[in-house]
Amino acid sequence: MRVALFATCVTDTFYPDTAKAVVRLLTRLGCDVDFPLGQTCCGQMHFNTGYPDPATELAGHYTQVFAGYDAVVVPSGSCAGMVREIHPGLVAKAGLPPSDIRTYELTEFLVDVLGVTDVGAYFPHRVTYHPTCHSLRMLGVGDRPLRLLRAVRGLRLIELPGATSCCGFGGTFAVKNSDTSLAMLADKMHAVIDTGAELVTAGDNSCLMHIGGGLSRLRAGTRALHIAEILASTEEEPWRPQRTAPDSATR
Amino acid sequence: MATTADGARQRNPVTWLGTPAFPKAAAAALADPQLRANLRHATGIIRDKRARVVGELADWEQLRAAGAAIKEHVLANLGDLLLRLESEVTARGGVVHWASDAAEANQIVLDLVRQQGADEVVKVKSMATQEIGLNEALAEGGVTAVETDLAELIVQLGHDRPSHILVPAIHRNRAEIREIFRREMPGAPADLADEPRALTEAARRHLRRKFLSAKVAISGANFGVAESGSIVVVESEGNGRMCVTLPETLITVMGIEKVLPTWADLEVFLQLLPRSATAERMNPYTSIWSGVTRGDGPRNFHLVLLDNGRTATLADEVGSQALRCIRCSACLNVCPVYERTGGQAYGSVYPGPIGAILAPQLSGDPHDPQVASLPYASSLCGACYEVCPVRINIPEVLTHLRAEVTRAKGKYTAEAVGMAALAWILRDPFRYEMAQKAGSLARILAHDGRISRLPGPGRKWTAGRDAPMPPTESFRAWWKRTHA
Repeated sequence: MRVALFATCVTDTFYPDTAKAVVRLLTRLGCDVDFPLGQTCCGQMHFNTGYPDPATELAGHYTQVFAGYDAVVVPSGSCAGMVREIHPGLVAKAGLPPSDIRTYELTEFLVDVLGVTDVGAYFPHRVTYHPTCHSLRMLGVGDRPLRLLRAVRGLRLIELPGATSCCGFGGTFAVKNSDTSLAMLADKMHAVIDTGAELVTAGDNSCLMHIGGGLSRLRAGTRALHIAEILASTEEEPWRPQRTAPDSATR
Repeated sequence: MATTADGARQRNPVTWLGTPAFPKAAAAALADPQLRANLRHATGIIRDKRARVVGELADWEQLRAAGAAIKEHVLANLGDLLLRLESEVTARGGVVHWASDAAEANQIVLDLVRQQGADEVVKVKSMATQEIGLNEALAEGGVTAVETDLAELIVQLGHDRPSHILVPAIHRNRAEIREIFRREMPGAPADLADEPRALTEAARRHLRRKFLSAKVAISGANFGVAESGSIVVVESEGNGRMCVTLPETLITVMGIEKVLPTWADLEVFLQLLPRSATAERMNPYTSIWSGVTRGDGPRNFHLVLLDNGRTATLADEVGSQALRCIRCSACLNVCPVYERTGGQAYGSVYPGPIGAILAPQLSGDPHDPQVASLPYASSLCGACYEVCPVRINIPEVLTHLRAEVTRAKGKYTAEAVGMAALAWILRDPFRYEMAQKAGSLARILAHDGRISRLPGPGRKWTAGRDAPMPPTESFRAWWKRTHA
């Protein structure tokens, strides 16, 4: 199966390890993975902030870049939601032909298209899962991520209280309404920390950037990690936490 | 925005003059620990109860679909239905008035009250009369309006503003309510306890005197049935029943979108509304009247049909779905933003998610900075859409209204210029890659592997979160190096 990875601008730019994990995972499961270099961004930030015109151009760009693949896999619930739920309206309004590209959020692709829940992963850590809003309500991924996590060897899954409450990211909401966003984040972090998990995972690096950024600021000792990196981890090639390096090592 | 006879533009009172834009108003509310605790407690309880009673109905989704379909039919046939309602009410001895805006509606009501020689009126809780600032307009005309809903009374006696559509005093706890009653309620016992029973007993005694002496009552309407000219008021305390039966004259102010075609349509809404609103299976007091009935209830009935921005809202293909709203407040109770800021931060009688799409549309003024801030008062988490009993796609309307705001502000704001520049970069993979490389220079902002302070708009990010450390190599660069 010829699968295109849409890494999303956030993951491509800030979290290359997540995209590498998706490539490793899908290749392990027998997919022929390509990364079309023409790809950029789905336009969600523009659309959600009130700039539909550039979002429409980016939707058109997406349609051109990803035409011809059997499937497009996105390690982000909100970007997959943007492509599936918002792009068609924008493209139609611009008078462009509808696209027949099949775009899947990563866990949907694994469970629905590849038909696997045990991906052969090994991850000996305590983990709690935050269902991001767009994966939950826009895409309806349901318990697919949980089924995948439960099948991971060594992983102890701890339920997150109030899991379905928004973490407060919301794209530009996080800076436009920074105080409200941080109040929502505070409650999410309390819930995460109270579980005693080492890691909080989700299917969206933008929400994790927010939750993880807050946990890092608190020196909470709990880290945010994309679900792809957990599922890609194996006994032979286990995930290893990166230490935040002291200054001398980064320069 | 309405225009008076002399051409002056008049402010729609649906948003409160002098309220700061949402981010600023929210910051003040967020710092109030009492408010945060009261809201967390109250919204948590009602949210759980609603989920429980909605879960009891196997056909809830079909009911939602039916509710949405009936309301869409109403909006598509609004003119005809309103004319039918007018003729049926008139045929049953009522008088129908048409008000295009708040000022017109307030004047009609004030004139009617004066005709009865009354200087005090009792009121059933009503969003339409809140929206037009009727109490303030009556006070200016020398008429005292007494709110008879318990929570509304608390707000009124506290010289406060409502913070919730259904539970306007949700931001108050019982200790605060006792203080308000002791200070402001004539005849409140000096040793009033902060027990719910004692507080409601005090309110009951106070209100009973008002019900028995009032000559005029003012209500809103949850529904108006066109085929029979029947008005429906749904409430839980019996105060509404008192108001619509005891006084000689009853004046109802009804938003034009509240009309329903037939009596049978009520079946759907009387299932949807109580479960969504108060998490009750059945509404406690449902009062329905058709015109006037000799020897029973008010002798005079006036129906004021209120536009106040609704026709303009109806003209908006995406935004018009906000007019389906039945004012149940389910969206407020599940909203993570509302739960933390409370309703007053929205600066409108319509707070929360529905307020964020309804108030700007009724106001019709995207140039007002406070109004323009409302569609942004959401993380677009979608919890509101999930619970809405008439399936209003609130996130869709929010992004639609955000586009109107950016259009109104023009191309030359710092944000618009930044967004245009970013779009220019993202349109082209080469420029995008160059920007990634330039962006990785942000690594110099790091100390001990963390970026804790960003310049410019990024400051708002690092106010409470570390920023991600850009990697030395983007994924794209890695792919090119290893695969291409």
